[in-house]
Amino acid sequence: MNETDVGPESAGPGGTLFGSGAGRGEPGFTGAQAVRLEDVHKSFGALEVLRGINLSVAAHEVICLIGASGSGKSTLLRCVNLLEPVNSGRILLWDQDVTASGVDENAVRRHIGIVFQSFNLFPHMTVLRNITLGPTRVLGVPRGEAEDTARALLARFGLSEKQDDYPDRLSGGQQQRVAIIRALAMKPGIMLLDEVTSALDPELVSEVLGVIRELAEAGMTMLIATHEMGFARDIADRVCFLDEGVILEQGPPAQVFTAPVNSRTQLFLRRIVDAGRL
Amino acid sequence: MPIRGSREGAYLDEQSLLAAGAPPPGGFAGSGRGSHLLGGQRAAAISTASTVVFIGGVVALFVFAPGAAAVRHTFFNPQQMKQAFLGDPSLGLFSVGKGLILNIEMFLIAEVLILFCALVIAVLRQLRNPVLFPFRMLAVVYTDVFRGVPLIIVIYGIGFGAPALYIRGISTQSDFVYGIAALVLSYSAYVAEVYRAGINSVHQSQVAAARSLGLSQWKSLRFVVLPQAVRTVIPPLLNDFISLQKDTALVSTLGAVIEANRAAQIDSSTLFVYSSYTVAAALFLCLTIPLARFTDRLIARDVGRRLAGGGAIR
Repeated sequence: MNETDVGPESAGPGGTLFGSGAGRGEPGFTGAQAVRLEDVHKSFGALEVLRGINLSVAAHEVICLIGASGSGKSTLLRCVNLLEPVNSGRILLWDQDVTASGVDENAVRRHIGIVFQSFNLFPHMTVLRNITLGPTRVLGVPRGEAEDTARALLARFGLSEKQDDYPDRLSGGQQQRVAIIRALAMKPGIMLLDEVTSALDPELVSEVLGVIRELAEAGMTMLIATHEMGFARDIADRVCFLDEGVILEQGPPAQVFTAPVNSRTQLFLRRIVDAGRL
Repeated sequence: MPIRGSREGAYLDEQSLLAAGAPPPGGFAGSGRGSHLLGGQRAAAISTASTVVFIGGVVALFVFAPGAAAVRHTFFNPQQMKQAFLGDPSLGLFSVGKGLILNIEMFLIAEVLILFCALVIAVLRQLRNPVLFPFRMLAVVYTDVFRGVPLIIVIYGIGFGAPALYIRGISTQSDFVYGIAALVLSYSAYVAEVYRAGINSVHQSQVAAARSLGLSQWKSLRFVVLPQAVRTVIPPLLNDFISLQKDTALVSTLGAVIEANRAAQIDSSTLFVYSSYTVAAALFLCLTIPLARFTDRLIARDVGRRLAGGGAIR
């Protein structure tokens, strides 16, 4: 693979990665399971958003989370990279418990890329600086080297001429592709995508989905919350249907989309089909 | 809603359609800022006439008031004004102009210190590390106290209190130093609050994006939140500095002959003519008005950008 690898074997945790003394350049991602959630519960005040999530994500697996708004998809992703603390249950990344006390959350996060619905690019930085901020300030990569990597990634996704622009000069689709590159520049072992096309004009959706497809082909482990059912059917190894904070049904897309077992899944999918979205 | 006749109803509908869709006749036509403010030629004529009448009235008040001659003599005496501006050592008069230079020196030194201290205080209030709790409390108490106490009392407290303590290195400073210390203490509290408002105006999603890259809370603040916050608060900061520029004159109450206002006092006590105050006021305006216009321009630019660029700050 070339220097703009987005595959997961380029770097990653091993040994005592999330504890103190974690360093780069350790052996590649060990363990067949990239992520495992065990009975994860999460509440915001009296509202219980996740009510016992159990989920395993194998290395190189692409999982799509589907379900109505408010079913807990986004919260689940935010819990995985510790933006939200869980109330109970465990989250394991490469077999290490990251919900245990004493875990350095910053060390955990540098191995997880997350892309948000609203892009969240830094408006006061150029595209290039957006991408190099993490590598230079978190990983200690020299600026020149980080910029070389960023330029290579920008070139690969057709954004080279935008490197010196500020985010407000970019279209939504371009901004979201930059946000994906910003996450990739940290050479993460897993990518979390939180409804990354929901804020885009319809004609801009495909350019972002194309990037995600490329990542999947490169073997990136991904956990994708999405409303794009057609895309989920194409790209996912496994589809999970979330409803009211639990995974009601999961399986290969062919099975979940064509022969759902659970009646709530059937209802949800019928509404999607009626809306012409599948 | 009251019952209306159908004709009336139709008319209203037409009006509301007009309001919702097409621009009103004559409106939105101008493109410059000036025409937005005044709204066309007729409005310009009206505003010109109104201004002439208003200024004429004020002038008339000065010219025809019973005490007009006395006021002109005491406050607008050209001879005295010239003398006050230049100073006259033979009469023991200090130069208001020279005083102003000291005033500016003090203002500039205080401003740099305030910008720094206030930022430290604002950041302390923001960090959630439990180890920093006492400092956070201290920052809260500090801003509460120094925003509540009038500047003149802080100036007296330090200017007369510090020397009375007989602490080496502290009690032997000049009034110039005490004045700056008082200004910094008082203004840092205000400016810290301005910073804090700016920090809070940066959306949480920016923090989430920064933290998700693995940046620590401090680094997120340093590289993502503060740069955006500072850009947002530049206009209100400038506003505070216009105010600081004037308030520097209060330090004169310490009895030091160090700036414009004090010079004016000396003048008036010896000659019983207040023209020197007029000179001091005019000089202050020469400094604060450009600063005020600069602030206006920044705000206008900010508003323009917000309308054009969907709230992006650079």
